[in-house]
Amino acid sequence: MNVVFIVTSVLFTIAALLTVYRIVRGPSILDRMIASDVLLTTLMLVVGAEMVYNGHTRTIPLMVVLASTAIFATIAVARYVSKQDRVPTQATLADPGTLADPGPGTGEEATP
Amino acid sequence: MTFDETLNLLASISLLLGAFLSVAAGIGLVRFPDALSRMHAATKPQILGLIFVVLAIALESREWATLLLVIPIVLFQMLTAPISAHMVGRAGYRTGNFSKETLVVDELEDAVNRASTDAADSRRGTDDARA
Repeated sequence: MNVVFIVTSVLFTIAALLTVYRIVRGPSILDRMIASDVLLTTLMLVVGAEMVYNGHTRTIPLMVVLASTAIFATIAVARYVSKQDRVPTQATLADPGTLADPGPGTGEEATP
Repeated sequence: MTFDETLNLLASISLLLGAFLSVAAGIGLVRFPDALSRMHAATKPQILGLIFVVLAIALESREWATLLLVIPIVLFQMLTAPISAHMVGRAGYRTGNFSKETLVVDELEDAVNRASTDAADSRRGTDDARA
């Protein structure tokens, strides 16, 4: 159990660091939102793993609340992403036609 | 090997699998090229990884009450994860946060273009009426 404790801790730490890297680097708000979703999921898994290590079940309610409310932040952000939030990538800078045509619109309204 | 040791071993294996899926999601988030393919990596620990960890909790505690407490976690996650993924995917497509060459078929393009043209037409129509 001790080896498992160390290995899972290291794996969860690596996963959290990689998601934090993606949150910092972006490039778009959606990438950051997806990464923060994964960070929250990793947190849930760590809370569950801690229960297994220490042999108690006191933090199960925390996991239930996290599982049922993690959706709100994602929906709030995804609802108000607008076209001007798109980040030009290398491909777009070289050839604007490679990305999807955003279609007509002023670019200021949120996605319908 | 006794029954308890077997259950402990199974709990350890479940934990390791959950942690592995979490790392896989992290690597996928860093390596994949655009938001829509990063979503694919992000969903791995959200359902399967959580099921593994919850299984480890149930195997470690070995009580029916724990099993009853633990099922709502997976249930809520299964209810909410697809909704948030749908919202993010929709916003990602509509705002063009993806690279077109990674798609094999784009079945949504026609529908979105038609809807955008209809909206533009109706907007123009009201402008004409006002003028």
